[in-house]
Amino acid sequence: MNKPAELNSFRSGPDESGMFGIFGGRFVAETLMPLILDLEKHWNEAKNDPAFRAELDNLGKHYTGRPSPLYYAERLSEHLGGAKIYFKREDLNHTGSHKINNCLGQILLAKRMGKTRIIAETGAGQHGVASATVSARFGLPCVVYMGATDVERQKPNVFRMNLLGAQVKPVSAGHGTLKDAMNEALRDWVTNVEDTYYLIGTAAGPHPYPEMVRELQSVIGIEARAQILEQEGRLPDAIVAAVGGGSNAIGLFHAFLDDRDVAIHGVEAGGHGLQGDEHCASMTAGRPGVLHGNRTYLLQNEDGQILDGHSISAGLDYPGVGPEHSWLKDSGRVTYTPVLDEEALEAFQLTTRIEGIIPALESAHAIAEAIKLAPKMGKDQIMIVNFSGRGDKDVHTVGKMLGMEI
Amino acid sequence: MTTRIDRRFARLKEENRPALVTYFMGGDPDYDTALSIMKALPEAGSDVIELGMPFSDPMADGPAIQAAGLRALKSGQTLRKTLQMARDFRTGDDDTPIVMMGYYNPIYVYGVERFLVDAKEAGIDGLIIVDLPPEMDQELCVPALRAGLNFIRLATPTTDEERLPTVLQNTSGFVYYVSMTGVTGSALPDTSRVSGAVKRIKEHTDLPVCVGFGVKTARQAKAIGEAADGVVVGTAIVAAIAQCYDPEGKQLADPAEAVATLVRGLADGVREARLAPAR
Repeated sequence: MNKPAELNSFRSGPDESGMFGIFGGRFVAETLMPLILDLEKHWNEAKNDPAFRAELDNLGKHYTGRPSPLYYAERLSEHLGGAKIYFKREDLNHTGSHKINNCLGQILLAKRMGKTRIIAETGAGQHGVASATVSARFGLPCVVYMGATDVERQKPNVFRMNLLGAQVKPVSAGHGTLKDAMNEALRDWVTNVEDTYYLIGTAAGPHPYPEMVRELQSVIGIEARAQILEQEGRLPDAIVAAVGGGSNAIGLFHAFLDDRDVAIHGVEAGGHGLQGDEHCASMTAGRPGVLHGNRTYLLQNEDGQILDGHSISAGLDYPGVGPEHSWLKDSGRVTYTPVLDEEALEAFQLTTRIEGIIPALESAHAIAEAIKLAPKMGKDQIMIVNFSGRGDKDVHTVGKMLGMEI
Repeated sequence: MTTRIDRRFARLKEENRPALVTYFMGGDPDYDTALSIMKALPEAGSDVIELGMPFSDPMADGPAIQAAGLRALKSGQTLRKTLQMARDFRTGDDDTPIVMMGYYNPIYVYGVERFLVDAKEAGIDGLIIVDLPPEMDQELCVPALRAGLNFIRLATPTTDEERLPTVLQNTSGFVYYVSMTGVTGSALPDTSRVSGAVKRIKEHTDLPVCVGFGVKTARQAKAIGEAADGVVVGTAIVAAIAQCYDPEGKQLADPAEAVATLVRGLADGVREARLAPAR
């Protein structure tokens, strides 16, 4: 479906109404519509303003620590006996994940728009921490909505947000995960329209969020592309990233979309397997639908009710995906495959033991796919994996899975 | 082409009184009870029925309607059954307008063309779809108008003078003015501000303007009804149904009777709205 006949570029979307083919759009209540149009106007001005760009680059360099290294994972590559694996080290960013890239851009925009209150939703807590961080840095009050289940399994991040001065509001509706947190954040926004900026953490939601978050995260791919050209003298054969909402993935992928010889792999959360409902593989096992302001692939029943899904990784525990990924799937440019909880857990342990780097469980999904792909590739081939975040936040979850008390 | 909605508002204009528009959730707490509630509404004084379609992720609704939707889904309600409820209602009432209200995804998944055929056949007169602003009119609004259904749009306090014509462009049946920013069931702002907003909208359209979000009592209904062509009550009805059950789900009172009592009071309120000269 929706397969474009002949595309000059995979990098030109979305169109003026925020559509990537049939995906994306602005499916929001009328109360929010004027706000979204206003946001789009300010974003279009800001992204073309050299002063905005310069401030963002300056913060990226001195606050976040960009560029993040492109690290050759020599021992993992040798262990697998195939392609050379490089990690794009977003885990080394300030706050420990790629989320800060997006938050810095959006808080500068919020300031520009004269907004005085920040709200955000979070799953694993990485976006919540990044939102709380930039709110502290720019002196704005911040409320983070977080599913009650996630509050429980990501306690260290909840504490970090509190330390940073943010108020964390647990949401007990549904399964108490990211989807429910996003509903509650939207309810807050629709109530506090005058002063509040909604800092969405992933490349989803109503236009212009998917495009804006992609642009702010695309620094990952732009750097990685330049770094691999410098280190290897050529482009990679494959790039891999985990996809929940899909912001780290689209951030890596976007710079490579028109390099047709680079195979692109998105990794979905396969949970306990695709045969039941215990997974979050919306593109592999879902159908197009409308939720949270955009049309995209969703896990849903035949009546159009959204399912809760499951993943070991709170950051991937979302029944939808950013609309650009849905479009890239249908256009055939990106291959999306599920990875099971247990495969991610093995990748987590292997990477920790032989590279001395603890990956976030989200990133462990991407590494698990690399572990499958690399041995099938030649030793002269190159693969880049987006190491989107560090795994310190996950040691409790992993400990529990391995039957250890921490 | 006139619909039941057009005819109803024309009649009320002759009677010089505002409409009482009542919302309830299809399938809450179960199909049969919800149908008995629906059937009790016209006799209790409801002029227009809003039939809620449950959705798993009701982003614009407050706690009461969220809970009602979950109860309905838990009892097995689907869009197909909500259409059936309208069909069952129509066997005994061919006059009272029915407006289906909810979110887009269940309709999108059902299939827009098939839905419009089935809705028309079931006796549905209009649609209110919360997450379809004018920017998405090609999705459902335009096909619905073509199929002879009214598409009722929400205007809100954030809909400014410049945007109002866009919002009104493809609206038919009536305009639903949401009296505040926020989710359903929050507190009602002062009525003079609401009256001002209604007057502002009426400068742009000849359609009836109904006001909702936050109306709970007969007194509020009366005050709002002085300026508006209709008063929408939803959360108060849904809450009255919920109060008929204890936390374990055991029935304490007859929900159809509880709703009828509430609606009778509200209907008295709207009937008094125009008796005194508008202040």
